[in-house]
Amino acid sequence: MSAKLQADIKEICSRHGNDATRMMDIVREAQLKLGCVPGEAMELIAAATGTKRVEVESVVTFYAFLSKKPKGRMVVRVCNDIVDRLQGFDEVAAAFKKELGVGFGETTADGLFSLEQTPCIGMCDQAPAALINDEVVTSLSPDAVKKLVADLKKNPDPKTLAHRYGDGANASELVHSMVNNNIRQKGEVIFAEMAPGAALKKAVAMTPAEVIREVKTARLRGRGGAGFPTGMKWEFTRKAAGEKRYVLCNADEGEPGTFKDRVLLTECPDLLLEGMAVAGYAIGAQLGIIYLRAEYAYLRRYLESVIEKRKAANLLGKSILGKAGFDFDVRIQMGAGAYVCGEETALISSCEGLRGDPKNRPPFPAEKGFMAAPTSVNNVETLCAAARVMERGAGWFAGIGSQGSPGTKLLSVSGDCKRPGVYEVPFGTTMADFLKLCGAEDAAAVQVGGPSGQMIGSADFGRKVCYDDLATGGSVIVFNPKRDVIEVARAFNEFFCEESCGYCTPCRSGNQLLRERLEKIAAGKGEPSDLDYLTGLCRTMKVASRCGLGQTAGNPVASTIKNFRAAYEKKLKPAADGLQPAFDLAAAVSTASEIAGRPSVHAD
Amino acid sequence: MAKPKVATASLAGCFGCHMSVLDIDDRILKLVELVEFNKSPINDIKKFTDRCAVGLIEGGCCNEENVRVLQDFRKNCDVLISVGECAIMGGIPAMRNTIPLKECLDEAYLNGPTVYNPAKKIPADKEIPLLLNRVYACHEVVKMDYHLPGCPPPADTIWEALVALLTGKPLKLSYELIKYD
Repeated sequence: MSAKLQADIKEICSRHGNDATRMMDIVREAQLKLGCVPGEAMELIAAATGTKRVEVESVVTFYAFLSKKPKGRMVVRVCNDIVDRLQGFDEVAAAFKKELGVGFGETTADGLFSLEQTPCIGMCDQAPAALINDEVVTSLSPDAVKKLVADLKKNPDPKTLAHRYGDGANASELVHSMVNNNIRQKGEVIFAEMAPGAALKKAVAMTPAEVIREVKTARLRGRGGAGFPTGMKWEFTRKAAGEKRYVLCNADEGEPGTFKDRVLLTECPDLLLEGMAVAGYAIGAQLGIIYLRAEYAYLRRYLESVIEKRKAANLLGKSILGKAGFDFDVRIQMGAGAYVCGEETALISSCEGLRGDPKNRPPFPAEKGFMAAPTSVNNVETLCAAARVMERGAGWFAGIGSQGSPGTKLLSVSGDCKRPGVYEVPFGTTMADFLKLCGAEDAAAVQVGGPSGQMIGSADFGRKVCYDDLATGGSVIVFNPKRDVIEVARAFNEFFCEESCGYCTPCRSGNQLLRERLEKIAAGKGEPSDLDYLTGLCRTMKVASRCGLGQTAGNPVASTIKNFRAAYEKKLKPAADGLQPAFDLAAAVSTASEIAGRPSVHAD
Repeated sequence: MAKPKVATASLAGCFGCHMSVLDIDDRILKLVELVEFNKSPINDIKKFTDRCAVGLIEGGCCNEENVRVLQDFRKNCDVLISVGECAIMGGIPAMRNTIPLKECLDEAYLNGPTVYNPAKKIPADKEIPLLLNRVYACHEVVKMDYHLPGCPPPADTIWEALVALLTGKPLKLSYELIKYD
């Protein structure tokens, strides 16, 4: 064991107080420093933080951005989500393979590059995209890849890749990214101006109970997808027994096709932090944590600078706005590449330095969340909206949107439309109107709410975006009539196979069984009874899975069968004579036939 | 009315499920009153002589002959039942499914610590059916109508199921017959 390794690990661990609950930060930094977290490092980390090696290893092996084996100095992660696939992933991937001379999962001989693929990195509006370490490269083409690799070989610093910066804060010196915001429509709740502190001033003039009442009166509901009433969540958290309380901001935006939080974090960090402080005041928390997905690491320094500025302006820190006893601080917790951490209990596990395993509920986080203390986990957009509710008042807010769903919703649109990007629309907007807005009049299918949502066809375009009808966390993916909905469902299923944490059987095995049956159908061997099988399996997964991931993982299959049954039926034919068309005797005996050096007696 | 005919086969199984059929003890006399056995190892009839109402299948498919027999049963039986774990899931023989076939054969005939095989040949006689790349559950090869779980399913389970099927009455298996811990 080298002395340097020991010194490095000791330094990293002590910087985090040798605290095992800061394991995510420790292993992330070890990964950065060493290019991987080898067994020896795990031993050292375990010893320093007073835990077991297996605990460290379970974290390292869980997250996609951590590894036991050495990675290249630059890790290229090509986004393979459905939108990227429709817009040239195959060509871009081939170009990377050709230029780097390695395949996915491999590292170049000089140790400079590792090539990987990764699910949605939140850049569907500028696909195909890839991450190179923390830097995002967008709108890739084979030519762009060729140039980019040549540049990196000359100067192995991905930071130098952005020759032209994106709009807004993407161009600020702490971000310097080529990412574009693509804000297409601004509304009055989220994308309106607000002077820092405007909402907080109103809040501290009230009691916390009054703040909660205001949010309840506004009938603000969670924007992440589940739509739980925010005021009620805050009230539960405030009333739960415990000394400390926490506000967790869910910025682990991993639902493929969702990128509105990326834009909020870039353009509205003040609004978000305002909302977090209001939440902290309302529930009596002293610490807020922004759980930032690893894919958005390029925004970290910028967000930290905003936090510092707000501290200097007394909008965070001790006795905020002079209100004695109102102490609230915010820190950023980086994720490490795991979709399931967007599920609130998995997010809490991750913040506690554990694998991103969902926890059993009850107890709900409001009662026993982060470090077993009452915790309110809120989406980025929810906290932004909460700040606006405080600033403008519940009555104003409730007047926007539709009856059951007041306010506006950010929709991030990608796929086959002329104007992909982020739109702030009032709840109650019909899908047809929205498709017109984003230039997708010829849409044949729309995936609303990402893979865990549903796919609808033109018969449903009259439906409204709101909690009671087309509920969505913000993802809208448009498909034109040429797209094969079964292929889309398969791509989403593949995503869930990869992202299932593996804890419970309905999700772990259910997704695999869906995959096998979809493969059979795609291979032209499907039978009518397969649709009943798939539908039944989706139902089982919904009822029996442990967390939201498994409960919704069957949705792409179930909703395409429901709304695009004809597309499936075209590929099905009843099997003759009770045989299973997918069973291929000739293929099944081919190995044995080769070993025995003679043909099969029975195969045709 | 002629008695309904029943056929049985043991594919990649251990004959334990057939033993369980015999375990119905003296009820086998009643069974003979109820049905007539066609192709089955019990009476050693090798070929189907008539269409059967029910086919009981023990074991999954590990080789090409199993596949042929199972397909033959599908052709000749109205109702096919997977009897026991091996037929339903592949069972013990399916433990080889995680290992490539070539490795299995090399270990068994060439490299195993107790192997004596100076000719260094893997048996390839024409009389030996070719193995499949993996062991398949019966329903992966043909449509199966029912699964009777167990290793083996208790005699009473088989009895109750057969009687219910042949008399057209609903099958109600008591908890004791379908719990396996």
